[in-house]
Amino acid sequence: MGLLSDPNRRRALISLLTRLNAPICVVCYMAGVAWFMGLAFEPFTLRTYMSENAMGSTMVEERFPAGERALGTGREFSAHKKKAGGMPVDWLVKTMQSRGLEVFTQRFSRRLPFPDEDKERYMVKGTNVYGILRAPRAPRTEALVLSAPCSPGDDNNQAVGVLLGLAQYFRNQVFWAKDIIFLVNEHDLIGMQAWLEGYHHTNTTGMDWSPLQGRGGSIQAALSLELSSDVVTSLDLVLEGLNGQLPNLDLANLFYAFCQKIGVLCTTQGKLQRNDWDSVSGYSHAVQTMMLMVMKQASGRPWGDHGLFLRYHIEAATIKGINSFRQYKTDATTIGRLLEGMYRKLNNLLERLHQSYFFYLMPSLSHFVSIGYYMPAFGLLALILLLRALDLWIQLATPPPRTEDGVADAEQMSSPGVLSVLTPLVISHLTGVALYTLPIHFQEIAVEHFPVSETEAVVLTAIAVYTAGLALPHNTHRLLTGRGTENGWKVLKLVAVLYLAVLLGCTALINFSLGFILALTLVPVAAFVTPDVPKALSAFIMVILSPACTLLFSVFLFQELQEMPVSFLDGWMLYLSVISQGILDHALYGSLVYPLVALLVYPCWLLFWNILFWK
Amino acid sequence: PAPKPNQPTSFEATADKEDTSAPETVVQSSVPQPKDDFQEELVIRPLHSGDIYASFQFRTLWETDFMRGNKVSHYRLFPKSLGQVISKFSVRELHISFTQGYWRTMQWGQPFLPSPPGAELWVWFQDSVTDVDGTWKELTNVLSGIFCASLNFIDSTNTVQPSASFKPLGIGNVTDHRFLRYATLPREIVCTENLTPWKKLLPCGSKAGLAVLLKSEKLFHSSFHSQAVHIRPVCQDWQCKTTSWELRQTLNVVFDLHTPGQGKLEWSLFKMFSRTLTEACPLASSSKIYIDITDDPQGEQFEVSPATHLLSQAMVLGDRRTFSVYDLTQQITFGTVRSLNLLIRWKSSEDMLRPLLHAERYVAGYGLQTGEIHTLMYNNHPYRSFPVLLLDSVPWYLRLYIHTLTVTSKGKDNKPSYIHYQPSKDRVRPHLLEMLVQLPPNSVTEVTVQFERALLKWTEYTPDPNHGFYVGSSVISSLVPSIVAMDTNSTREQPLFSSFFPCKEESSYFMRVYTEPLLVNLPTPDFSMPYNVICLTCTVVAVGYGSLYNLLTRSFQIEEPSPGLAKRIANIIRKMRGVPPL
Repeated sequence: MGLLSDPNRRRALISLLTRLNAPICVVCYMAGVAWFMGLAFEPFTLRTYMSENAMGSTMVEERFPAGERALGTGREFSAHKKKAGGMPVDWLVKTMQSRGLEVFTQRFSRRLPFPDEDKERYMVKGTNVYGILRAPRAPRTEALVLSAPCSPGDDNNQAVGVLLGLAQYFRNQVFWAKDIIFLVNEHDLIGMQAWLEGYHHTNTTGMDWSPLQGRGGSIQAALSLELSSDVVTSLDLVLEGLNGQLPNLDLANLFYAFCQKIGVLCTTQGKLQRNDWDSVSGYSHAVQTMMLMVMKQASGRPWGDHGLFLRYHIEAATIKGINSFRQYKTDATTIGRLLEGMYRKLNNLLERLHQSYFFYLMPSLSHFVSIGYYMPAFGLLALILLLRALDLWIQLATPPPRTEDGVADAEQMSSPGVLSVLTPLVISHLTGVALYTLPIHFQEIAVEHFPVSETEAVVLTAIAVYTAGLALPHNTHRLLTGRGTENGWKVLKLVAVLYLAVLLGCTALINFSLGFILALTLVPVAAFVTPDVPKALSAFIMVILSPACTLLFSVFLFQELQEMPVSFLDGWMLYLSVISQGILDHALYGSLVYPLVALLVYPCWLLFWNILFWK
Repeated sequence: PAPKPNQPTSFEATADKEDTSAPETVVQSSVPQPKDDFQEELVIRPLHSGDIYASFQFRTLWETDFMRGNKVSHYRLFPKSLGQVISKFSVRELHISFTQGYWRTMQWGQPFLPSPPGAELWVWFQDSVTDVDGTWKELTNVLSGIFCASLNFIDSTNTVQPSASFKPLGIGNVTDHRFLRYATLPREIVCTENLTPWKKLLPCGSKAGLAVLLKSEKLFHSSFHSQAVHIRPVCQDWQCKTTSWELRQTLNVVFDLHTPGQGKLEWSLFKMFSRTLTEACPLASSSKIYIDITDDPQGEQFEVSPATHLLSQAMVLGDRRTFSVYDLTQQITFGTVRSLNLLIRWKSSEDMLRPLLHAERYVAGYGLQTGEIHTLMYNNHPYRSFPVLLLDSVPWYLRLYIHTLTVTSKGKDNKPSYIHYQPSKDRVRPHLLEMLVQLPPNSVTEVTVQFERALLKWTEYTPDPNHGFYVGSSVISSLVPSIVAMDTNSTREQPLFSSFFPCKEESSYFMRVYTEPLLVNLPTPDFSMPYNVICLTCTVVAVGYGSLYNLLTRSFQIEEPSPGLAKRIANIIRKMRGVPPL
């Protein structure tokens, strides 16, 4: 490390970094974005491969014959569901019992913090029904789960039918080494949350549920089935779970391998895989698929019933049947055989799935980008923050050359001190706390005084608090120390930049997508903002790049990627519902995106806003 | 305080009833009693779930003394390998069981002899043994060889000395638990290699008698399989003048008979075991098959062929049962075809009397740092409470926080009247927790205790660490009020004089219930990491720490370049003039 111990060379390096700071930052930003876009380019990615030997080399035969009968059961289920006006508990219990399962039920109820207008529910009461197929000569230590939600209306009847058909077929097989739990959950995620909390006897979200009577030991893997038509054109694999957690890649590999073997079209993010990676449209297809995954992961919400399993370290995925206008159709027997094959392989597992990646992005089902490949994209963005911090540090450490009176200057340098930095920090974080707590607590008052529904009240309060935060007193340091100093804002910015770097770094480690999207918009803000730039224009840019606007753009981009573009007004409505869903996800399932944004990211952005208006 | 379950007497009572009440119909042979005796029997019980339960018992009695110096060298019926084990290790009682599967109490009712999944071994040593631990270690290794099982994995980290739960089942009054060792191996997998040595201990091997039915291809095609060996000293006669050694080999198996639809179920010896019976073991003094027909004595739901007129009543597990008996020592049993293939047809009835006591256990919580063990004990008796002894042996790598121990019934705190807790020592011994808890009637009692998962040393992980680590079953022992005593408004025909006062013998019976073992994940490092870690560590040390250390220890001095000659001369002149040098 002669470079640092040699004062001359150190000085040269420092002067290089300070002189070329802005160009290097720009280059880093471009490189980061380019790296990220390059991830979807097929030659740069790896083909998926099965890492788990227990699932790779063993051969299984799929012989499930009873697809038609399963659909019949599904129709019967639908009739009973209509009659019962919800979950046909008695019928399910009887049907599962006649299939030789040990059947148990669980009741649960939950009052949402405010009405969910998307799914039209507020006071939720329901019953989960599950049957356990006991593996012969197994000591109840391991289990697999197959679940199908009991959705309102005509959805998902076929899924329940296939589930019951598989239960009947599995019951007569002798090779099971793990118990298999067949679960029909009511009220989709809420029911699933109740069941999982009951199974593991935890209560993270304050839900009421009756304790479970039967268990099968530690759950090794789970699949959730969504099927709403008798035939499907393709099966879609949903991986994104709560807080952007993903199941082990081997689960995706397993699904893909069986789709290939049985000849079922399979998709991820609803996008078929294309072979023309070298054409522009092929590449953009891969980018779209990957971007959809990034968006979904960043949202931090569970995108299927499987999403809640991941908290308990249970590898889980949702398989969704999609029926489009394609010619090629797959019937229920084939779907049953696919699931049979997957369960037989999971049954062979000796250990939990752990061999393959837990952190990955998928530009297509057959290719993946592992953490080692995508992290540099984020690293390049984070490097900008470190470079800016270094620049500021050096500016603060080296006295301005023109001043003669070193002593007075040093005093001025230390005087911005703790208070002038601490006050904005505290104020902005208090705003964050207000943003986090007020929307739910003030909904009643808001409903009383304004002609809005509870949901609107919550969302509008959130937006109001958010906007109000911009108008807070930003020059408290002038009250404290008389006048703002040149070094004052630099110290504050140094703190803010490092804070942002740590914040984004931690976020990206847990949920890369969220970290990367936030970095894309917040890093430029952090890099350029000073009190000296033109106020109006900079303020405008800062608002555009604020977390709330990022979310707005993401909503539009997401719709665009799904090939369902919306008008601005619809987009705005969607935006409002996304905010309410985010708050609900936090309250119901413990999603961390809303508290993260409200309590940490937004205050951090406010610090930069503060610097812009430094006087 | 609640009474302690008086285990030996109750077991004796039940066991004796099983044995003695049945053979009343058989004429004992008038040959003078040999000093050893062998009996075999098979009990078949159709279960309410539609499955069928077959329980084999082989009993060898031998009036001898292994302990008194004189070396026993002549063995007739008693297996020599076990006899030598008894004398060499001064064993007073030995109980070993190998079980594959979990007994589903709620579907199947109570088993005749309960056993936990995996292997269980408990031994009472004679009080003459000085080094119990050393003897135990040797004994497990010897048994490991005899039964072809991994009993050699029993060491001090999974051995405990229960203070109350495992009392001697044979005669003798030493109850000092220093001479008791108890261990389970929940992960032990039982298969044919354990069955073969077990069969070899029988006097007739698997050549004749009931043991011909024990074919592994059928026995291991079942829902539950358990084989056990129990050795204990028993009384030879009712006055207990002489004692003899009893070797009881049991094998319990449950066959899955799931057929969709409502038709009658049909099962036969041939279907179950792919063999029929042609003779009794010639060495056996008694050889019988019992078929439990209690649920339908009128023959409406049961059809047994060939039919038998021999009926037998016995009290089994607090319930009065009726059995059809087939005596294999009688030639007439085999009929004209000289082969017995019992055929049973029955309709499984839906409702079963719920077992009075059952228990389950699970791990609560998520994440790899802490967790909570929940043990649920159900008392399904409508109006009587009874005490149970709960024994928990938890490996040291789950560090129990014993201060978080709670026992609740019906939402109220239920204070155990007796707690024996022995904390674990890392890598030396497990936690042992024994409690005497009173279970209120018709209630669930929940015992919870929190634990922290230890981070093992990297060589301590099993070859498949991501599978998880096993925690053995908890053992719940209890004197349970009899079902007959509960049966006040029975629809069964009973003489009135028999049903007013519940008599003492029937009022309670001993019962042991095992919970399921637990599979707990411990924090597991990625074992492909050491290489990466070494690389990273070396880099960090070399680049980061090395350079920092370098910077910190090096002393920086500003080195003046040596001035030129002219400057030196100028400085000398300046010095002389009293002016500061250049």
